[in-house]
Amino acid sequence: MAQGRPIDNNRAIKIDVRDFSFYYGDFQALDSLTLSIREHEITALIGPSGCGKSTFLRALNRMNDTIPGARATGDVLLDGQNIYDPHVDVTELRQRVGMVFQRPNPFPQSIYDNVAFGPRVLGLARNSDLDDIVRQSLESAGLWDEVKHRLRSPALALNPGQQQRLCIARAIAVKPDVILMDEPCSALDPVATLRIEDLMRELAQDYTIVIVTHNMQQAARVSDRTGFFWLGKLIEFDETERLFSTPREALTEAYITGRRG
Amino acid sequence: MANLNDFAKARTAQIALRVRPMGVWLRRGRLETLIELLIRLSGVSTIVIVGLIFLFLLREGLPAFLDIPLRQLFGSRWYPIEGFYGIWPLLVGSLVVTAGAIVIAVPLGLTTAVYLGEIAPVWQREILKPLIEVLAGIPSIVLGFLGWVALAPIIQSLGAPTGLTALTGSLILAYMALPTIISISEDALYAVPKEYRDGALAIGATQWQTIWRVVLPAARSGLAMAVMLGIGRAIGETMAVMMVTGNAAFIPDLGLDLPLHPVRTMTATIAAEMGEVAQGSLHYNVLFGIGIVLFVVTFAINLVAGRLVGSVVRRRGGQL
Repeated sequence: MAQGRPIDNNRAIKIDVRDFSFYYGDFQALDSLTLSIREHEITALIGPSGCGKSTFLRALNRMNDTIPGARATGDVLLDGQNIYDPHVDVTELRQRVGMVFQRPNPFPQSIYDNVAFGPRVLGLARNSDLDDIVRQSLESAGLWDEVKHRLRSPALALNPGQQQRLCIARAIAVKPDVILMDEPCSALDPVATLRIEDLMRELAQDYTIVIVTHNMQQAARVSDRTGFFWLGKLIEFDETERLFSTPREALTEAYITGRRG
Repeated sequence: MANLNDFAKARTAQIALRVRPMGVWLRRGRLETLIELLIRLSGVSTIVIVGLIFLFLLREGLPAFLDIPLRQLFGSRWYPIEGFYGIWPLLVGSLVVTAGAIVIAVPLGLTTAVYLGEIAPVWQREILKPLIEVLAGIPSIVLGFLGWVALAPIIQSLGAPTGLTALTGSLILAYMALPTIISISEDALYAVPKEYRDGALAIGATQWQTIWRVVLPAARSGLAMAVMLGIGRAIGETMAVMMVTGNAAFIPDLGLDLPLHPVRTMTATIAAEMGEVAQGSLHYNVLFGIGIVLFVVTFAINLVAGRLVGSVVRRRGGQL
């Protein structure tokens, strides 16, 4: 449905989730999820607040690790490798699976330093190479023309929409495979939201994108496939067009038509 | 009919409301003026008192600068009984002790704050934070005692001629400044939004990189404030220092073992000798002169600190 492109079922599976459950202490937040996220697709996760969709998103790059008492069972295979394997280097995983947050969170540093942060800490580049990476990342995020003359000015002086695109530039500067977006537009106005949605479609050519959203129109507009979460379970996962037009589950239909949620 | 009655009552009430406020306003206005006056008075009184203290200090201390040639006043001999009033050794003593305290307390305080705020598990933080606040509450004289009885023998066993040295003073002062530095730095770190840490971790930064490159820079102005307040606590301290620095008013040879010699600070000199001098004598004036020097030094440090913090804030585009 996104950009009218046909669903290609031959796309490689990027992330394969098998029988995945997640717990915060005694509370089970996710219950035996199984789904496949395909390369260069936009996968949207929808569902009411507290249904576990954000928990699932954060589980994909192990951002939940910092929460005391968090525990996972089952497999999340990224290119065939289980990311919950004890031998996995979490920082390397997070380089490959980047994240954009609900509220724009640029560091209180210059625009340049924000984008250069990842390449610097990961030791990917320095000096002129770094300049190139910063430029390419800002171009990919559609922000270059707006900030090219003030790369040294503080990132917090940008407006919220620009800040969020800066965060996207910061995430892609380390050349990830997957970008996770946790309600990336919930703090933005409609115009800034549309810009980010356009950007997501462009980015999908190079990256695999998983987005959590409260906004069902947004899921319908941008995503190729949609998963509907309810109380920690994945109720339905299908091509976006089919899920929104002819859902198989009564619960999905009730939710997307606004009768439940 | 009942409705009409109600209406009339309401109308009367309305009129009453509209009329009454005139009187109330007048009274409120007067009360307002009175309160404003009181607040202004208390505000002005602090300024006046600080001004008076400074004037008093000048009146009592200025003769020292006028009666004694400056070369002698900033000379290296402090023998008041024989008429030598060289305050240079005292100035050096204060600076050495304070500098030593800063060198010890700042790294220790900042790393402790980072540990508490960023690394320690919750249960450790809950034990350590109150303990640090207890440390802040220990009277300086008790710390001085501790320095005298426990620390000095250790220093002496390191090879110093005596245990009562500049280093002993620095260590005691450092421990007095530590609680201030730790708790204010920790507050500054706590004020850094969690989103910054998430953002850095999500890119693949390690915890240390996140702390070093994102959290500490974001907390910069708060950390600078913590260090300055810690130094302020160290430089004005008298009792503990007087007990443990040996109070020898001569300049030790400049060298690596400088901190292992006894020194005498400006504050200790004033405290020790003020009770013995005749009021109005030259010695008395010189002690106040030392007070002026101390005042100027502290003022200068505050000014520099203010500039430093201010420029940090400006560099970051006004974002605290």
